[in-house]
Amino acid sequence: MSTTSPPIGGPFLKKSLTVQQIMMVVMLALAPATLYGLFTFGWPAVYLFAVTVGSAVVFEAVWLKMAGRPIAPALSDGSAALTGWLLAMTLPPWAPWWIGVLGSLIAIWLGKQVFGGVGQNLFNPAMVARVVLLISFPVHMTLFVDPSLVLNTGAPGLKDSLAVTFGVGAPPAMDTVSSASVLGHLKTEVGRGNEWLQVFNNTYDMQNVLWGAVPGSLGETSAPLILLGGLLLLGLRIISWHIPVAMIGTLAVMATIFNFIDPMAYPGAAIHVLSGATLLGAFFIATDLVTSPVSPLGKLVFGFGCGLLVYVIRTWAGYPEGLAFAVLIMNAATPLIDRYTRPRVYGRNRKGEPLATEEGAK
Amino acid sequence: MKLFRIRGGVHPEDRKSLSEDKPIEDLPLPELLHVPLQQHIGAPAVAIVKKGDVVKKGQVIAIAQGNISAPVHAPTSGQVVGLGRYKAPHPSGLPGRTITIRTDDDEEWCELPEPMDPFNSTPAEIAARVKESGIVGMGGATFPSAVKLNLGARYDLDTLIINGAECEPYLTCDDRLMREHTADVFLGIRIMARALEVERTLIAIEGNKPDAIQRMTQAAAEFDDFTVIKVPTRYPMGSEKHLTQTLTGKETPARALTADIGVVVHNPATAFAVFEAVTKGIPLISRVVTVSGEAMVSPKNLRVPIGTRISELIEFAGSFKVDPERLLLGGPMMGQPLIDLKVPVVKGTNGVLALSDLRAATKSRTSCIRCASCVDACPCGLVPLEMAAAIRKEEMEIATQSGLMDCVGCGSCAYVCPSSIPLVQYFNYAKGKITATQRAEHKQMETKRLAELRNERMERIKAAKREAMAKRKAEQARKKAEKEAKEAAEAKEQQEQEKATA
Repeated sequence: MSTTSPPIGGPFLKKSLTVQQIMMVVMLALAPATLYGLFTFGWPAVYLFAVTVGSAVVFEAVWLKMAGRPIAPALSDGSAALTGWLLAMTLPPWAPWWIGVLGSLIAIWLGKQVFGGVGQNLFNPAMVARVVLLISFPVHMTLFVDPSLVLNTGAPGLKDSLAVTFGVGAPPAMDTVSSASVLGHLKTEVGRGNEWLQVFNNTYDMQNVLWGAVPGSLGETSAPLILLGGLLLLGLRIISWHIPVAMIGTLAVMATIFNFIDPMAYPGAAIHVLSGATLLGAFFIATDLVTSPVSPLGKLVFGFGCGLLVYVIRTWAGYPEGLAFAVLIMNAATPLIDRYTRPRVYGRNRKGEPLATEEGAK
Repeated sequence: MKLFRIRGGVHPEDRKSLSEDKPIEDLPLPELLHVPLQQHIGAPAVAIVKKGDVVKKGQVIAIAQGNISAPVHAPTSGQVVGLGRYKAPHPSGLPGRTITIRTDDDEEWCELPEPMDPFNSTPAEIAARVKESGIVGMGGATFPSAVKLNLGARYDLDTLIINGAECEPYLTCDDRLMREHTADVFLGIRIMARALEVERTLIAIEGNKPDAIQRMTQAAAEFDDFTVIKVPTRYPMGSEKHLTQTLTGKETPARALTADIGVVVHNPATAFAVFEAVTKGIPLISRVVTVSGEAMVSPKNLRVPIGTRISELIEFAGSFKVDPERLLLGGPMMGQPLIDLKVPVVKGTNGVLALSDLRAATKSRTSCIRCASCVDACPCGLVPLEMAAAIRKEEMEIATQSGLMDCVGCGSCAYVCPSSIPLVQYFNYAKGKITATQRAEHKQMETKRLAELRNERMERIKAAKREAMAKRKAEQARKKAEKEAKEAAEAKEQQEQEKATA
């Protein structure tokens, strides 16, 4: 009889997605942009993606095994696969296999498990891995492939692609297809004293930048498809609007201000928002539940910080793209932001003192 | 009327359709009634009957003790067959002092107090009648109603709010009362408004009870100062402070009462009990209970004598169609697990639920992923995930600083938690622990204070003794010296005499 079962407490009704379901939905939201990336950049991208996600899951299992913790429940929540997936999205599509594997190792072990596993990490694991890779292997991490060349000259087949990703057999001549990312190219040219708009118009077609048929990381080139996934997350209330709006808004405002001051030296808001990792970062990376603040106000502060830092790094620092650095710096600030942006407690003022009574006792 | 938005809250499926169209039925009189002496917040009542006494329906069988307490009346006529400890309707299942009555079929009333004309009585007279009728808050809090009706003496009150939100899923007892006894409930509300001498009365009913809203609105139509207000169907709308804010826009300060902002909140079932007590002299000896849940054959709303065993209600509702996974007293959000069907219905019992599908509510917990769903759901502006993390590490100080004591225990956070963390249990554990620590600290300080007093006293006594001893010694020394001097003088005298005689 049920009355003898242990008296667990309430509430006895519950409605929420499980952690596993949340991870699944995020992956579903990532799928359109990912598929587009895999299609645009060909088989090498498919290999790199599979290797990165696969090794992330394997490293998670190995760690759990070494730590003597149950493997199945932790793996089935899908968080390791999602970390690998996000990392793969930010890698150059034709990067060699070991970039993906090393990245996954750093992400899962250093980024996540040393802190105690899912929910405990201070920094976004995929971004930790990306930054380590970027600093350690700058050449491999900035060699992008031009999709128009891939499409025009014919994408490498299954076998040739093995050569690209795994170094088996003779690779196709990389120089003919590789190039810098949009932001990287503009930064270099502006650094040489050229006007960005002229360079941009000579090199790119705005249509292609918008849709993502430009050199760039595996999963971050197609703005509309990332936006689609982001809207799905917003619609299902897995993320709130605060971080994406604050981040993109800040970036756009900064870009517009400086573009107004000197239109030739500073690219406008559209370039900043539509290229690089801006949208992927705003909807999928900065909004990482574990490493972002919990209150609406905290999320706005966090988004603002990310947007500001992205602009500052892109414009004045040595790297053409600053999303990973920006997110990591703001991750570090998250406990502080959480501390100072707590919601106001019912019946108390912001300082935590009880409100004054208006009428009160006789 | 303009409503004010409150933060947080959740939208559980209300599942009221199981019982909302079932008229209130009288439960047949059971053979035995177990009437606990503690059915209210405050000091337990004291029995004034003995085993073997014959009692009449409505007779006082236990009297209130102290200011915050309530008397208990015989729910029907019969004989007292037991006066001892009996399982109380509490999750611990521990026994409490209970009067057991074997009922007869006569239902013979005792001599009831005279019916009153409430509108020609003073507030104090109304409150006194409510007090002697044993009425307590029937929404579940069971605070003695007379104390709340007397608040006008200590606070400047302007508004009475009737909390007909009934925001807990499944429960329909207040809904049925407002629909079937509209005029009586409304008169009860008017009596309470009269006792409190408030300027206006707001009757708040959630939008999922359109019939109750319509009937109560009709009843209130001719009174300008009584307004029925449809409030959004959102849990925990029935939380006293949150309902007050929704209706008036005023926020009750932490640690204060709604009376501090001029508002008193009562429940419609309490209003009905006040109506019966004031206009008929009938004390609180029965109440309406919703018996519902997917595992129940035919969910019902029952008028039940206080002291009836829960098993009788379940039997009357056709018992279970499937083995229930969980039996509850109260609603599914804040109700307590029922561990024994023999426990009695008390004044605060609003529902008996037999739930069959608890798969969602009993998933095993996983790690917190800081998704902040709980932060968005909390109606009190707390950060439940932060408090839970602190409590896990036994850092009660940090949990308290994060506002643990401002938590109303509504369970909205646990309702939305994707990791199925039992947040309510964490908070209840910590609240208990903190209270225990505070009590221990208080005790320690008292002990220290008393010990210091004792030391001081001992020191004083010692000093006094020393002083007395010194005094005595001095006295003795003086006497001795005197004596010696005297002896010396005598000796001298003698010598002189001897000399003289010689």
